[in-house]
Amino acid sequence: MILARTLIFALSLLSTAAFASATNEAALAEDPVAERRLQDLSRELRCLVCQNETIADSNAELAVDLRREIRGMIRDGRSDSDILEFMVTRYGDFVLYRPPVKGITLLLWAGPILLLFIGIFAMRGYLKRRSAQVAVTNAKPLSAEDTRRADALLKEIDDK
Amino acid sequence: MNRYYWILGAFAALVVLLAVGLNLNPREVPSPLVGKPAPAFKLAVLGKADTTMGPEDMKGKVWLLNVWASWCVSCRQEHPVLVDFSRRGNGTPVVGLNYKELRGDGAIDMRRVPAEQEVPMALERAQGWLKEHGDPYLLTVMDIDGRVGIDYGVYGVPETYVIDKAGIIRMKHTGPVSPQILNDKILPLVAELNK
Repeated sequence: MILARTLIFALSLLSTAAFASATNEAALAEDPVAERRLQDLSRELRCLVCQNETIADSNAELAVDLRREIRGMIRDGRSDSDILEFMVTRYGDFVLYRPPVKGITLLLWAGPILLLFIGIFAMRGYLKRRSAQVAVTNAKPLSAEDTRRADALLKEIDDK
Repeated sequence: MNRYYWILGAFAALVVLLAVGLNLNPREVPSPLVGKPAPAFKLAVLGKADTTMGPEDMKGKVWLLNVWASWCVSCRQEHPVLVDFSRRGNGTPVVGLNYKELRGDGAIDMRRVPAEQEVPMALERAQGWLKEHGDPYLLTVMDIDGRVGIDYGVYGVPETYVIDKAGIIRMKHTGPVSPQILNDKILPLVAELNK
């Protein structure tokens, strides 16, 4: 019952989303190349109102305005980097889903690689220690008592 | 036993990292405009037909630019602070930037508003709101379509900018101005800039 209701809710959300994007797309439909660029650019940009949506996906007031702004700049023949620059000077690097590599974002970009190296290093250390341990154990022959216990355990398994 | 200590240490470090991260306000996006000249505009002044105003008119003064709208709920919260600030009369002018008075109001279906009526309706609403809640502004300019708001990187009304004598933005505050923010952050900065 709950599942059915959730499903209906999800479907209704989907249909409104489809309707909303259809009305947006009508505006530039006459120029598919420009529309393509608008879509690509706005997928790179974060909507500051809803923060985890791109400007392409968001239907917040500001995202609608910014799409209009980008559309205008495309019409004026501005380049993609010009348009991204326009956004960054107003809203900061935060609008870019792929922030540029610089001092403050260095940890962000290098962090995963750094963690990978720490992991490899730790694993190498562990494996070295372990193989040394195994070598020590193998070098020592079993005592008479240990041999007897091992035989007893193996026999127990065979009997089962 | 010893080896478990560093696992515990790593876990504690992670907890500290997450605690700091979760306590940051994601709404507080540092504005790249701080330290840069206030973007130019030329907008109609509310209540004074055919008069326009821009940041260059404020050259030589330290002033505040406060972005507001009648539909903005948090503006209602900060408004008494601004009214009180202007009454105390310490000579710091506050310019209001009315942001998308009609278009920003989710309750208004813009398709039903005839184009030629948009501006008069916006003016009337803005004026009515100031009459009701008090007018702390030296003057208010009307950003009907939000174009100037984009130049100022406005994304959550209210927003307040501190602009120095040379027209450089010195501070931006997103969200309502509380008495605490006014007294602890804005006023000391204004005093410093007025030296």
